[in-house]
Amino acid sequence: MIEIKYLAPEIFLVISIFSLLSVGVYLKNSFNIIFRLSTVIILVTLLILLTSDIENIKIFNNSIIIDDFSSFIKSLILISSFFILIMSKKYLNDIKNDKFEYPIIILFSILGMFIMVGSNDLIVFYLGLELQSLSLYILASIDRDNLKSSEAGIKYFVLSALSSGLLLYGCSLLYGFTGSTNFELILKNSENVNTGTIFAMVFILVGLAFKVSAVPFHMWTPDVYQGSPTSVTSFFSVVPKIAGIAVLIRFMYVPFQSIIDQWQNIIVFISVGSMILGAVAAIGQNNIKRLIAYSSIGHIGYAIAGIAAGTENGFRNTILYITIYAVMNIGAFAFILSMKRGQKYIEQIDELSGSSKNHPLMSFCLLIILFSLAGIPPLAGFFAKFYIFMSVIESGMYILAIIGLVTTVVSAFYYIRIIKIMYFDETKKPFENFKDIGIHGSIVISCTLLISFFLYPSILNNLISNISIF
Amino acid sequence: MNFPILSSITFIPLIGALFIFLTKDEKNEQNKGAIYVSLFTSFVNFFLTLFLWYSFDKTTSDFQFIEEQSWISGFIKFKFGIDGISILFILLTTLVTPIAIISCINSVKQRLKEFLIAILVLQTFMIGVFCSLDLVIFYIFFEAGLIPMFLIIGIWGGPNKVYSAFKFFLFTLLGSVLMLVAVITIYWITGTTDVNEIYQIKIPQEYQYLLWLAFFSSFAVKLPMWPVHTWLPDAHVEAPTPGSVILAAILLKMGGYGFLRFSVSMFPIASEYFAPLIFTLSIIAIIYTSLVALMQDDMKKLVAYSSVAHMGFVTLGIFTFEKQGIEGSMLQMISHGLISAALFLSVGVLYDRIHSRLINTYGGLAKIIPKYSFILMIFVLAALGLPGTSGFIGEFLVLVGAFKTNFLVAILASTGIVLSAAYMLWMYKRVIFGKLENNELKKIKDMNSNEFSILLFLGVLIIVFGFYPEPLLETMRVSVDNLISNYNLEVKKNMALN
Repeated sequence: MIEIKYLAPEIFLVISIFSLLSVGVYLKNSFNIIFRLSTVIILVTLLILLTSDIENIKIFNNSIIIDDFSSFIKSLILISSFFILIMSKKYLNDIKNDKFEYPIIILFSILGMFIMVGSNDLIVFYLGLELQSLSLYILASIDRDNLKSSEAGIKYFVLSALSSGLLLYGCSLLYGFTGSTNFELILKNSENVNTGTIFAMVFILVGLAFKVSAVPFHMWTPDVYQGSPTSVTSFFSVVPKIAGIAVLIRFMYVPFQSIIDQWQNIIVFISVGSMILGAVAAIGQNNIKRLIAYSSIGHIGYAIAGIAAGTENGFRNTILYITIYAVMNIGAFAFILSMKRGQKYIEQIDELSGSSKNHPLMSFCLLIILFSLAGIPPLAGFFAKFYIFMSVIESGMYILAIIGLVTTVVSAFYYIRIIKIMYFDETKKPFENFKDIGIHGSIVISCTLLISFFLYPSILNNLISNISIF
Repeated sequence: MNFPILSSITFIPLIGALFIFLTKDEKNEQNKGAIYVSLFTSFVNFFLTLFLWYSFDKTTSDFQFIEEQSWISGFIKFKFGIDGISILFILLTTLVTPIAIISCINSVKQRLKEFLIAILVLQTFMIGVFCSLDLVIFYIFFEAGLIPMFLIIGIWGGPNKVYSAFKFFLFTLLGSVLMLVAVITIYWITGTTDVNEIYQIKIPQEYQYLLWLAFFSSFAVKLPMWPVHTWLPDAHVEAPTPGSVILAAILLKMGGYGFLRFSVSMFPIASEYFAPLIFTLSIIAIIYTSLVALMQDDMKKLVAYSSVAHMGFVTLGIFTFEKQGIEGSMLQMISHGLISAALFLSVGVLYDRIHSRLINTYGGLAKIIPKYSFILMIFVLAALGLPGTSGFIGEFLVLVGAFKTNFLVAILASTGIVLSAAYMLWMYKRVIFGKLENNELKKIKDMNSNEFSILLFLGVLIIVFGFYPEPLLETMRVSVDNLISNYNLEVKKNMALN
C-alpha cells in the first residue's frame, strides 16, 4: 500500500473534513472558528500538494493519475477557493447565513474536484463528479429561507441530474464498446473508429458541457447565479469551471484522442455558440450577477476554443486562459461582495452609479478588472485571449478566430457600460464603508496581478510549459 | 550607447503618473502639485527627445537605439528602435503632451488629478506605438491607448459624452481585432513577430492581400478614412480641449504611421494592388468631408471634418509610392499635428469663456480680443495651406507626388485645397469679423499669458517649418528613400515573375 502516500492531499482533506464536522456539531456558534480552520486547511493542503515531489504516476490499478497537469489544476482550485472563502465571510455573517456547514461543504466539493481531476478511470471520475455536484446543489440552496435560493438549488439539481444521467449513459456505452473503464485502455481499444464510441463521446461531451455551462447547455447558469447567495455564485463561477475544463481536456485528449476529427467539430460549435451567446445575451442585463453569468459563458467559449485547436499548445493555452479567468472573476466578485448599502446587498448595475467618486480605489480596481475581462491590452485578459487565438490560428481555424475576436468587441460593450455607470454617471449614495481584509485584499491582489502580468508574461507559460497529458 | 533612452522616454510618463496617483488629494480644485509633476515629467521627456533627435544618425536607414529584451520566452522579444520616420512622431508626441497639460489648467475643472494621470499614461502608450519594433508590442500599445482616451472623453466630456466615448471605443476596437488575427497569422507564416526580421523574410504574395486588408481595417479606422470616420467628429466635439488636442495631433497619426511602417513595408505587392482603393477613398475623404465641413455650425466639428480631409492627403501621399508623396504625407502629418492642436486650443479658448462652440454665437470678436483674432488667423491660414506655413509644404509635396502617378487623382485632390480655404475662411469670417451682436461677448477677456504663450509657440513652429522644413525632411529622407527602394524592388520582382 505504498501507493497511498501519493494521495496525501486528498487524505488530509478527508480527515480534516470529518474532524471539522465533529467540532462543528459539538461547539455552539462554531461558524467563525470552522471558517478560519477551513481556510487554514486549504492552505495546508496546498502546502502538501506543492511539497510532494510530483512524479507522473498512475496508482490503484491505473485508476488515478498524478501528473503535472492534475497538480497544477489542483493548486489552482485550492488557491481560488481560498480567496473566495476569505472574501465571503463578511457576506455570510451579514445575511445571517453563518451555518458552520458552509465551509465544510465547500471542502467536500473541493475533494470531489480533486478526485475528478485526478481520475484516469470512468468510475473514479464519476464518483468525483457526483461528490462535487451534490455539494454544489446544497451550496446553491444554502440560503434556504430565501425563495430564489431554493429555486436555484432545485433548478440546478434537476438539470444537473439529467446531465449526469446522460454522462453516465455515455460512460456505459463507452464501456460496452471498448470493454474497459480505464482511459488508456479505452484509447487503445478504440483505435479503429466505431459509431458506438462516437455516440459515447457525444453523451459525455454533453454532460461535461453542462458542467462548465457551455452553449447550448447553459440554460441553468443565469438563474442559478442570480438566485444563489453571492458568495456561492463567486464559487460557482470559478472553481467548478476550472475542474470542468480540466476534465474536459483529459477526456478529449486521452480516451477520445483517436476520434479527434469528430469531437473537434462539436467543440468548435460549442465554443462559437458560447462566445456569441455570452456576448449578446449579457447586453440587456441589469443584475450584475446575471451579467457575470453570461460573461462567464462567453469566457468558457474562449477557453474551449483552445481545446478545439486540438494541439498540445491549444490545451495549455486553455489552462492559461482559465487561470487568468479565475483571477479576474475573483476580483469582480470581491467588488460585488462589497456592494452593500444599509442592510441590503445590491445587485443592480444602476446602483453603481458614480461609485468612482465615493470609492475611488475600489472602482479603479473594478475598472482594471472589467477592461481585462474585455481583453484590452496591456492587461492580463488580453494575453489570455491572445494565446488562445495563437493556437486557434495555428490550427488554421481562421473563422473561429475572427468570430471570437468580433464577439470580444460586442462583449466589450457591456463591460464598458459598467465602467460608464461607475465613472460617467451622476453620483448616488455611497456604499457602506467598511474594512475587510478578505474582500479588499482579494480585489487589490487580483487587480495588481492583472496589471503587472504585462511585465513578465512568460511566468504562466513557464509554469504550464511542462504540462503534458499524453 | 548603453543608456536605454527609448524605454526611458516611453516609461517616464508612467512613473510620473504613478507619482501623481500616490500624492494625496488636495481639497481645492487647483491641484498644483499634480500639475507641476506632470509638467516636469513631460518637459523632461521633451528634452530627452530633443537629445535623441540630436544624437540620431540621419545618414542611415537602419533602426537605431535598438533595445532588445526577451519578454515571452522563446516567442516575443521586447524590441524598441527608431528610424527617421518614427523619431518625428515621437518628437511630435512629446511636444504636444506638455501643451495639452498646460491647457488643462484652464479647461479641466474637475478631477484634475485623474485627468493628468490619464494624459500621462496615454503618452506612454503613444510613444510605445512609435518605438516598438515588434508586431505584438505594437499591437499592445496601439490598443492600450483606447483605455485612457475612452475615460478622457467619457469623464470630462460634454453633454453627449457617453455616446461619443462608446462609439470611439467600439469603432477602434472592432477595427483593430482583425489586425490581431493578421499579426498571429504573420507569426505562423514567418516564425517571428520582429518587424525587422519580417522585412528580411518577406511575406509570400498569396498571403499579402488578406493581411493587408486586416491591417488596413485597423489603420483606416484610426486615421480615420472615409467611410469609417464617423466616430471622429463625435469624439472631438465631446472631448475636453486637451483630449481633442491629443486625439487630433497624435492618435490619428498612428494610422498614418501604421500604413508606412507595416502596410507598405511588409506588404508591398498588396499595397500596389490596393492603391486605387486608397486613392478613391482619399479623394472621397478630401472632397466629401470638406463639403461636410462647410456645412457645420459647430467649430469643433468643422475642425474635426477638416482633419479627415487632411488625413485624406496623407493616405494619398503614402500610396503614390513617390519620394515627394511620402515625404509630403509625413510633413502633412507633422504639420497637421501642430495646426489641429492649435485650432482645438483656439476653440477651447472661446469655449472656456462663453461655453459655446456654435459659430453663430460669435461674430465681431476682432475688436474685443485682437490678440486672439490675430493668432487664430495664423492657424486658419495654415490649415488651408497658405504658402509660408507648414500646411502648404505637406499638401504641395503630396500633390507633386500624385501628379507623377495619377493625373486625375491629383486634379481632384487639388479641389480639396480650394474647399478647405472656403470653409476655413468662412468660419473665420463669421467668428471674428462682422457685427458684434451677442452682448455676452462684450465682457470676455483676451487670452491670458498661459494660452497666449502656447498658441504663439505653436504659431512660430508652424511658420518656421513653413519656411524651412529641412530639419524634418533631412531626418526622414534616408528612411523614406529606403522604404521606396525596397518597395520598388519587390514590385519589380513580382512583375518579372508574372
